[in-house]
Amino acid sequence: MRAIDLSAITDEDLQACAAIAAEAGVDLKDCYQCGKCTAGCPLAESMDLMPREIIRFLQLGDLETVLTAKTPWICAQCDVCSTRCPQNVDICSTMRAVRLASKHAGKQPVREADIFDDAFIANVKSHGVSNEQYLAAAYNLKSGHLMQDAGNAIRMLKRKMVGVAVHNSQGRAEVAALVDRALAADAKRRADASGKGGEA
Amino acid sequence: MSRIGVFLCYCGSNIAGTVDVEAVAEMARTLPGVVYVETNKYTCSDPGQEGVKNAIIEKGIDRVVVGPCSPRMHEPTWRKLLADTPVNPYMLEVANLREQCSWVHKDKAIATEKAKDLVKMAVAKVARLSPLHSTEIPVHKKALVIGGGIAGMQTALDIADAGFKVTIVERETSLGGKMVMLDKTFPTMDCSACICTPKMSEVGNHPNITVKSYSEVESVSGYIGNFEVTIREKAKYIDYTKCTGCGACETKCPSKVINEFEQGMSKRTAIYKMFPQAVPSKPVIDAEHCRMLQEGKCGVCAKVCPTGAINYQDEDKLTTETYGAIVFATGYKLIDWKPLYPEYGGGKYPDVITGLQFERLVNASGPTEGHILRPSDNKEPKSVVIIKCVGSRDPNKGKAYCSRACCMYSAKHAHQYLDKVPDGRCYVFYMDVRTPGKGYDEFYMNTVHDGAQYLRGRVSKIYKEGDKLICKGEDTLTSQQVTVAADMVVLETAMVPADGIDELAAKFTVGRDADGWLVEAHAKLRPVETNTAGIYLAGTAQGPKDIPDSVCQAGAAASKVIGLLNKDKLESNPQISRVNEALCQGDGACANICPYGAISIVEKQFRENSRKVTRPVAQVNPGLCQGCGACTVTCRAGAMDLMGYTNESIMREVDALCQW
Repeated sequence: MRAIDLSAITDEDLQACAAIAAEAGVDLKDCYQCGKCTAGCPLAESMDLMPREIIRFLQLGDLETVLTAKTPWICAQCDVCSTRCPQNVDICSTMRAVRLASKHAGKQPVREADIFDDAFIANVKSHGVSNEQYLAAAYNLKSGHLMQDAGNAIRMLKRKMVGVAVHNSQGRAEVAALVDRALAADAKRRADASGKGGEA
Repeated sequence: MSRIGVFLCYCGSNIAGTVDVEAVAEMARTLPGVVYVETNKYTCSDPGQEGVKNAIIEKGIDRVVVGPCSPRMHEPTWRKLLADTPVNPYMLEVANLREQCSWVHKDKAIATEKAKDLVKMAVAKVARLSPLHSTEIPVHKKALVIGGGIAGMQTALDIADAGFKVTIVERETSLGGKMVMLDKTFPTMDCSACICTPKMSEVGNHPNITVKSYSEVESVSGYIGNFEVTIREKAKYIDYTKCTGCGACETKCPSKVINEFEQGMSKRTAIYKMFPQAVPSKPVIDAEHCRMLQEGKCGVCAKVCPTGAINYQDEDKLTTETYGAIVFATGYKLIDWKPLYPEYGGGKYPDVITGLQFERLVNASGPTEGHILRPSDNKEPKSVVIIKCVGSRDPNKGKAYCSRACCMYSAKHAHQYLDKVPDGRCYVFYMDVRTPGKGYDEFYMNTVHDGAQYLRGRVSKIYKEGDKLICKGEDTLTSQQVTVAADMVVLETAMVPADGIDELAAKFTVGRDADGWLVEAHAKLRPVETNTAGIYLAGTAQGPKDIPDSVCQAGAAASKVIGLLNKDKLESNPQISRVNEALCQGDGACANICPYGAISIVEKQFRENSRKVTRPVAQVNPGLCQGCGACTVTCRAGAMDLMGYTNESIMREVDALCQW
């Protein structure tokens, strides 16, 4: 265990943590660390930090710990934590905001999750809907886990859950434009924030 | 021309730290009518007051402006001071330079400017005031206590012991409230019934106390010293002058009804006493479940009653009496957790019980005769989970506040469980342990040493696996998810105001806060008074508290009532509304808006243009009017004026602010 030198936490760290919370629409001071979020989290046992601890490190301003934590990348966004939180802290959205901040800071605490995210967005952008067989293929190639879930392929083929045919939605150009717009808006927001010295 | 004296206060550095008091004084000297200005470090101190008094006499001052703290704090002080001088106590205006100026500003220049404005306005207003004189109102030397729980009983006993008559109105069929349902009381572990039931019989037998059980307040009118209250005594269907309380009827009654006193864990009959030690120690018939009253067939109780006390034709009785003072001791109920917490089963698991159910389970006269047996299968639970703050400190699902007694009674429950089931395991999920009280933290530490496993975290879910209740929580001190396979779960649920308090408070014009608790006149300095004169608070009606605190507050409320009833007459507040009958249109807008029911519309005869005319005009009851001023702003004709705050004097204030 390391000790946290609270005096070494900079104003920039605190601002960056506040910006993450603001993006999630969360007031970090609301959290009184009761742990009900963690108690109900279906994935807590796979996490390196408990969901409650992510909020705690944000409260402390320990940005590095938050950005390099695996927890937000393991979070399945099931929203149980936010639903049950007595203080109305949206932990689930906070996880998503941390994940974004972590990616933009060039961290990759869970390499596979990052690769999957990118593959998923590229997949939706090019087909207008998610084509799972191509998504799986793209993910397996990029991640190097070439045979992952390959055993399921035959059964899924039999049940016509996947197929060789490409399903493209009619409005795929519009979907692609939507994805581009969202990514551009996110990039602009970040550029504005870093211009103000807000976020790393 | 008026001769106004202005007395400005430094309040140490409270005002002078942010306001240049000397500059304000300099400005005040230039105001019209001002003949004398003085500054003082502490105007409210004895030498400060002496100085004001001397100046008034020496300079021939006839109106006074003071510039100290809020009138809420010291206006009575200044009025008392003026009563000792030739100046009428109502020829006074307080410019609030502290709460409304120095305390809320940081910039000295701006605060000084504002202070000058406040003083200007006060000077303009005081010049337009006229002397007011209070009248005397009689005091009925009798008190009404609403609620017969521990707070109500203690209040009634203290008032009655001082020699005044008291009536207790209790909605249930017996005195005792929540306390009599409890098994033991922390931190000394006295048996609750052993200390509560003697009080009940003391109340029942006290020559100065009348107990009206199974009764509710129907309506109220009047004011301090003179409240006229109508009480509805619900039909008991039993003649209490004949009934001896032998209990034969209860043993024969064929109707079985869920027992509310045992928290739904056993059955009672339709003719019933709430519990064996009930006061009055006589039964009532629950009409809704009585076969005779519903279907006209049965009548067994009448047959077995040896004294012929049963009367199926009984009806509600209304009685009206006048009381000088009223105490609200209406208590609390536990929050209905079931719709709020589906994650705890929402009531579908019978072995997830409330703290009050646990009290009955562990009580020797309870449904299990004191053996801790879980409701579903009457087996002794070998592992019990206690969850604190269910509904408390939970703004999302319940209440934001801390219910204050649960930390202690959950420690008590853990202690009692481990005492009765020595080979059992007890887990307490908590967020904080709050034990500020004499002997409280020691009690909690004892429970820990008894073997209760305290886990810091809220439980997220309870679900059933086999006959176990799986509780999922986090031990936040180790950052580990934890699960407990429990046989029984006790939820320590939040206190919320008793049912019906909203209607009752409205009848008496007593204020309620956002959570529904009755509001005290001042959180620190007037904790047992309400904003309606003559009405007081005791116990949990005002907010969650434990028994020692309820009893303390009951004593405090009683001493206030005794102080009031000791007076033969009261001085009325002359700052009330007055009707200008020449302008009044009699449209009743004022009567509709008045929150105190102080205004009525009466037909009155006038001579107008040499003719007799009869037309409706408003009439103010000086005893009821509290001087709130709602009528004055409602009246379109401008016929309503509040003495001491006349429309003209307020317009002069506005003029001073804008033009001087």
